[in-house]
Amino acid sequence: MPDAPGLELIAGELRDAHPNSVPGTYHEHGQACLIVDPEQILAVLTWLRDTPGQEYRFLSSVHGVDYLPATPRFGVHYELLNRDRMERIRVRAALADPGGDELPELDSCVGLFPTADFQEREVYDFFGIVFRGHPDLRRILMPEVYVGWPLRRDFPIGGEPVIFTHNEHQVPGWSQ
Amino acid sequence: MRREKLRGLAPLTEPGSPEHLRIRQLRARDLLRGDLDDSELVEHAERSVLTTTFDKLLGWAASNSMFPLTFGLACCAIEMIAAVGSPRNDQARFGAEALRASPRQADFIILSGRVSIKMAPVVRRLYDQMLEPRWAISMGACSSSGGMFSNYAVVQGADKFMPIDIHIPGCPPRPEALFYGFNKLQRAIQGSPDQGWRRRYNAIGTEEWARDDVIAGQPSEASEAAYARARQAVATSAESTGPEGPGGPTQRGAGTH
Repeated sequence: MPDAPGLELIAGELRDAHPNSVPGTYHEHGQACLIVDPEQILAVLTWLRDTPGQEYRFLSSVHGVDYLPATPRFGVHYELLNRDRMERIRVRAALADPGGDELPELDSCVGLFPTADFQEREVYDFFGIVFRGHPDLRRILMPEVYVGWPLRRDFPIGGEPVIFTHNEHQVPGWSQ
Repeated sequence: MRREKLRGLAPLTEPGSPEHLRIRQLRARDLLRGDLDDSELVEHAERSVLTTTFDKLLGWAASNSMFPLTFGLACCAIEMIAAVGSPRNDQARFGAEALRASPRQADFIILSGRVSIKMAPVVRRLYDQMLEPRWAISMGACSSSGGMFSNYAVVQGADKFMPIDIHIPGCPPRPEALFYGFNKLQRAIQGSPDQGWRRRYNAIGTEEWARDDVIAGQPSEASEAAYARARQAVATSAESTGPEGPGGPTQRGAGTH
């Protein structure tokens, strides 16, 4: 795990290699995170994977986050691991909500890490984030006919009101 | 060759003896041949034959040889396996231990766990593939009502997409509760559903419909009258059956403590 100065060194080298690719970093609870311009996510992941001295060759997880009401609203997290040094680093692509029925888009990293295939499908399934260049972007857990992105914060929870004796008179037509 | 009747044989004086058994066998043979008549026939029938309706006989046989479908959905399935398969609980006592791996051979299905919206079509297809007569038990809170999973992924009660005969509450239900529900199903199959725990605990009149208006404020005349009628029914049934009668299981076992 790179410490805070180490994280800044990585961010500085990344900014030298790809200008404006790393708008920010944070280091909390011993975890290092690079906040990355989503347009350059592939360049950053490639650099972290292939640069001698970095070599984060293992993508252990891809997951989506909905930060509503913050902006930018969405985040896609890539948890990278160097198995020689047992070092982990997190890359967060901060995605703005395009609004309306439009879906946020991001480049797919299946070409870099084949394991991202199913995980990007899962992020698409639950958050509606489209991965450009994904070989087979379909829903993976929800039924394919499902409508909506159920883990977004503005998605209704669903279910039905639970009727107990103390509130059954509030539910019309229940007791008659 | 002329068949000889059994008129000359000795009366059934010594029950349990080999001769007694032999005589009964021969009389049963004569009954089938049609050689018995009049008083002999009546006597033999009274001794040996139980009359009932075919429906009752069929229900009795069917309810005591139920084949469950080998099927589990979630954590309730672990409890169901412990109930059906383990010698501690042993559903074989009720003739329902033979799990069938094919819905074509199964008599009933136990929905043991939450039904997700992706699993619901599969469950429905399994139920449709079962042959009539078929039954379904909804085991636990989740498959009965969605339980704690009030969210986007879980069907809020399996009876939204298939008929359910017995709902068993619990999270998960204990094996005893599962057996109680299964016994209820057996009684329903035999065509004599009993009044359940309200009768057993002398709790008739506590149904929620009788308390509708109490929740809103004052009890109405209708609910008061329903309550009085129910108490009256309990009182008369206790009088008519007596302490050892079949209708008064509250008193049953009073001397054993």
